[in-house]
Amino acid sequence: MLLSVDNLSVSRGGKRLFEGLNFNVSSGQFVSISGGNGVGKTSLLRSIAGLQPMDKGKIVVHADEFIFAGDANGIKTTLTVLENLKFWSAILDGKNVHEALEKFDLTKLKNRLAGKLSAGQKRRLSLARLLLTDRQLWLLDEPTVSLDKKSMKDFSKVLRNHLETGGAAVVASHIDLGLTLNTLCINLEDYQMKNGNINASATAFL
Amino acid sequence: MIALLQRDLILAVRAGGGFGLGMAFFLIVVILVPLGIGPDMEILSKVSVGVLWVGALLACVLSLDRIFSLDYDDGTLELLLTSPIPLEAVVTVKAFSHWITTGLPLVTISPILGLLLGLQVSDLKWVFISLLLGTPALSVIGAFGAALTVGIRRGGLLLSLLVLPLYVPTLIFGANVASRGLADISNSSALLILTAVTLAAFSILPFASALVLRINLR
Amino acid sequence: MSLWEYANPVKFLKLSDKVLPFFASFSIIGLAVGLFWGFFFTPDDYRQGSTVKIIYLHVPSALMAINAWFMMLVASVIWLVRRHHVSALAAKAAAPVGVTMTMVALVTGALWGQPMWGTWWAWDPRLTSFLILFLFYLGYIALWSSIDNPDTAADLTSMLCIVGSVFAILSRYAVNFWNQGLHQGASLSLDKEKNVADVFYQPLLFSIFGFVFLFVTLVLIGTRTEIRLRRAEALRLKKDRE
Repeated sequence: MLLSVDNLSVSRGGKRLFEGLNFNVSSGQFVSISGGNGVGKTSLLRSIAGLQPMDKGKIVVHADEFIFAGDANGIKTTLTVLENLKFWSAILDGKNVHEALEKFDLTKLKNRLAGKLSAGQKRRLSLARLLLTDRQLWLLDEPTVSLDKKSMKDFSKVLRNHLETGGAAVVASHIDLGLTLNTLCINLEDYQMKNGNINASATAFL
Repeated sequence: MIALLQRDLILAVRAGGGFGLGMAFFLIVVILVPLGIGPDMEILSKVSVGVLWVGALLACVLSLDRIFSLDYDDGTLELLLTSPIPLEAVVTVKAFSHWITTGLPLVTISPILGLLLGLQVSDLKWVFISLLLGTPALSVIGAFGAALTVGIRRGGLLLSLLVLPLYVPTLIFGANVASRGLADISNSSALLILTAVTLAAFSILPFASALVLRINLR
Repeated sequence: MSLWEYANPVKFLKLSDKVLPFFASFSIIGLAVGLFWGFFFTPDDYRQGSTVKIIYLHVPSALMAINAWFMMLVASVIWLVRRHHVSALAAKAAAPVGVTMTMVALVTGALWGQPMWGTWWAWDPRLTSFLILFLFYLGYIALWSSIDNPDTAADLTSMLCIVGSVFAILSRYAVNFWNQGLHQGASLSLDKEKNVADVFYQPLLFSIFGFVFLFVTLVLIGTRTEIRLRRAEALRLKKDRE
């Protein structure tokens, strides 16, 4: 099992976003997190990635088995596409960057400065980072933002391939990626607190 | 880790300025002081060690806010946190790259600037040595300050207020090494303490800074 | 019943309600007796005349300036380890009191020094150390007010206080070294041991007693205010959710 989430509650900005969330993820599984703006999709992913503390509950995951891609791109605008990928490759598993370039249709752009890319191209570059590692669990926050139809299709292909070869993914998105096999759909709105939802820090003062 | 260092150095160069800005500021300070004090070389040589050290401090402080804020703003810092490199190592590498792009250039032009302030050629080596041993401390202490203020908009002035008092030991011992060396008095105790402060800073502050970055990335 | 129970902000408010009048009274009594006695009922020093009596303000304020920082350090560690909000807010409340004590120490130090040295300031190791401590306080207070999220602010200022304390101690030795060399005492000493004979000691003790309780009283009041502010915010949040 790659990820186990047990009775999780997470807060942000004085407000408890959701509570009592339970799910497990194993190889080949795809978890889709949906819900309106502000419901806590980003906070959930960040908590799993270890960036944000939880209020309550347990998350069991291995730090070197997941790769996180947040809603920020994490690319340096004064480096070329190739340099950006080579950097991440050196940091992660040292894999050859050509597959990443190809699968995201960036080969022609490889020597262009990342700052000169369009929003969609930048997004493709940031997603290409995922193919630089063999880590099995992908944690993705709104991966398809700024992507056009063709890029979205390409990305779905990449994601499907990843799932078919034993990977897993937890993806927060309000766009349907068209994946139905072995999918777990979680709507965070189902886990919002019923009456009043202030976090522990504020509750201490009441 | 080398990849991170290389990347940071390339980014510094491509950001325009890079290595040159700190040196330019240092030069400006050393030019302004005689304009303020007067051209008497005897007086200038007496204050030269202090001026060079304070100038180096200020030049270092000016470029500190970029250590983490650029990566923080574009999301790279989060990704580094979830990467195989420990955050403490990231801090150390970034402090080191700050030293290479700011501290080290200051050290290399300090002898020339010393001449401008009336120092004899034979005296220059102590200024050089003291800055060489002390400026790395300025980078790693500065990194701690930069980590504290990374999420604060326009935190540059606050960063200076937080970091400059932390520079006091390095400044005192560093300037002491240089001024005693100049006067041909034994400066070995100051030298040892200066080095000790730098080493201690490098061993402890990356952990404190990493903790602070984690807090800011929450 | 452990002391940690009062880490609960509401319980702390109730307890401090009860003890505050006592602390305030002790403070007033101590200050009144110490200062009155010290200023008006002790003889003039044969060397320094009546200016030496400034020690009744200078020594206690200097002591409190340092102890305030130390208290902030302990409170910061307690916050980081045990997450007791009262601790974090007490540190926050202590800082302005500490910085004021430092200023009083600096001004009274300068006033004392003027007749002795003929200048309004001297880079005596003690005064210089207090000047640096003053900067540390300013940084700490500035950091608190620069951060919106109260828990993040508490965390960051606690880290600053801890790292700052290490450097403050280092600076103390550095300043001594800078002025005289490492192992010599300060020669321009405002040292109370050298200048204070027995007859001065008793009012000084009262004065110190008064300052200690003044510090405690002011920090209690400040902490209560901070707690109330957070409480108001929590109530507002609660109301918004309903």
